[in-house]
Amino acid sequence: MTHTQKRIITNNIVMILSALSAIIGIGFLFWILGVLVLNGIDALSWTIFTQEGAPPGYEESGLKHALIGQLFIVGIATVVGVPLGILAGTYLSEYGQMSKLAQTVRDISDIMMSAPSIVIGAFVYAIVVAPMGHFSGWAGSIALTIIMLPIILRTTDDMLQLVPSTLREAAFALGASKYKVITQIVYRGAKAGILTGVLLGVARVAGETAPLLFTSFNDNFLNTDMSEPMASLTVTMYNYATSPYEDWQKLGWAAAFILSMFILSLNIIGRLFLLKKKGK
Amino acid sequence: MSILIDKLFSYATKFVAIAVLLLVAWIFTILFQNSIDSIEAFGFDFLTETKWAPNLEKFGALPAIYGSVVSTFLAMVLAVPLAIGVAIFLSELAPAKLKSPVGVSIELLAAIPSVIYGMWGLFYFVPIVRDIFGGIGISMLTAGIVLSIMILPFMAAVTRDAMNTTPDILKESAYALGGTKWDVIKDIIIPYAKAGIIGSFILALGRAIGETMAVTFVMGNVHKISFDLTEPATSIPVTLANEFTEADTSLYYSSLFELSLFLLVISFTIISIAKFYFLRRQRAA
Repeated sequence: MTHTQKRIITNNIVMILSALSAIIGIGFLFWILGVLVLNGIDALSWTIFTQEGAPPGYEESGLKHALIGQLFIVGIATVVGVPLGILAGTYLSEYGQMSKLAQTVRDISDIMMSAPSIVIGAFVYAIVVAPMGHFSGWAGSIALTIIMLPIILRTTDDMLQLVPSTLREAAFALGASKYKVITQIVYRGAKAGILTGVLLGVARVAGETAPLLFTSFNDNFLNTDMSEPMASLTVTMYNYATSPYEDWQKLGWAAAFILSMFILSLNIIGRLFLLKKKGK
Repeated sequence: MSILIDKLFSYATKFVAIAVLLLVAWIFTILFQNSIDSIEAFGFDFLTETKWAPNLEKFGALPAIYGSVVSTFLAMVLAVPLAIGVAIFLSELAPAKLKSPVGVSIELLAAIPSVIYGMWGLFYFVPIVRDIFGGIGISMLTAGIVLSIMILPFMAAVTRDAMNTTPDILKESAYALGGTKWDVIKDIIIPYAKAGIIGSFILALGRAIGETMAVTFVMGNVHKISFDLTEPATSIPVTLANEFTEADTSLYYSSLFELSLFLLVISFTIISIAKFYFLRRQRAA
């Protein structure tokens, strides 16, 4: 066999292996998606949205409590986390720039984005749940805010830096103050990018389970008081899926389906925003 | 007036940016303060003691550490070759028409919450492992496999990004010299993107070691070191997820906080190595 033939054969083997691993990898992932969609659609019904949790075996049970709890916990985390993240990101891109402080904040945020979220749950347990004496929706929101902050901060920073500096200079030349330049020129130029960051940040925290296990805990019934333990889709899903009751497991699949569809839609919408911007 | 707003705005942004740093410092401090009881009671033995017996007030983290290390190792062994394969497929092999839809679906799958991977593992993978390898199916092996599937999309996406940083002109020159695709990959892309590829693996490792929900469903939370992979086991995050709401004594709590602190320090270190040693060099190159 000549050297060239050998190389071609090696090449073909590697390419087949690569295609095979792609097929295996993608196959697994579609298996998960398929299971999710089939079980989810099977479990979906109107009562899911109109009924609260019930003891196992009870016909009229649903996820209303978890859906509303999820909305509260993630909603408040978003309302608090997004403005704070945008402010900090603005500092990095517009004021701090390459300064030591700004670089440190960037580095630490990068690390925090990948840090284990269950540890944030332990932290919030120590500072909120233990002093209050009981689990609460607030504690869950605080945990999610902490997880969301670095994500929003870094995307805002990146997106603001993409705004051409000539735009800023033109506005300065017209006599605008820095505050005016940032809020009226830079933010407008980076609007789509920031929005994408926000959507991805919300999508990320909406799927968090670990930090909610011992902060917002769970509640099998509808509760809109944030100072009490509160159900979330993710914790409900965990409790129902690990229960031995078939109807609870079914509700767990419904919760998994609703949550995944929500998160995937946010991701897709976020991507479309960015694409639209690039297309211009 | 407008000067005042200007000043206020700049201070507000700076304040929040500094607050992020203080928050991280606060997290470490609080975890440390809450661990003091356990640190005083057990010292370094905490990390080497194999007994975790809440009823006897005896806490040793070795089974959890062992479980974290082994399950993460298994996940890496299974996921790394697959991730390299997928990345090669996405960056070099796939026809242009396939590249973007497959790439996007991999990225979307990386966004699916880990609790869903865990649930899938419990209902669909546990029976398979039970049938093939025996045991009850809830085991270290199942945890490693589910974890590998969970980190695969993330790993493949970042590895592909690292490979894509290779300038086209280098690749084209190699092709022009008669290189096959594999020649180009092993002699041009991998040497060029080495730091980035290794960085992506270490970053995935950092994520896997702190991953909670994907493994909590299928690991069993049994504090026993067993070299049989089909036995139930535990890991640091699994212990935290299962026992935090059950802890009834202050020493129990404190031990759980020490576990959290240990986990945070370990993942902080791993992620820093990936980001600052490997991925930054790649950026500078």
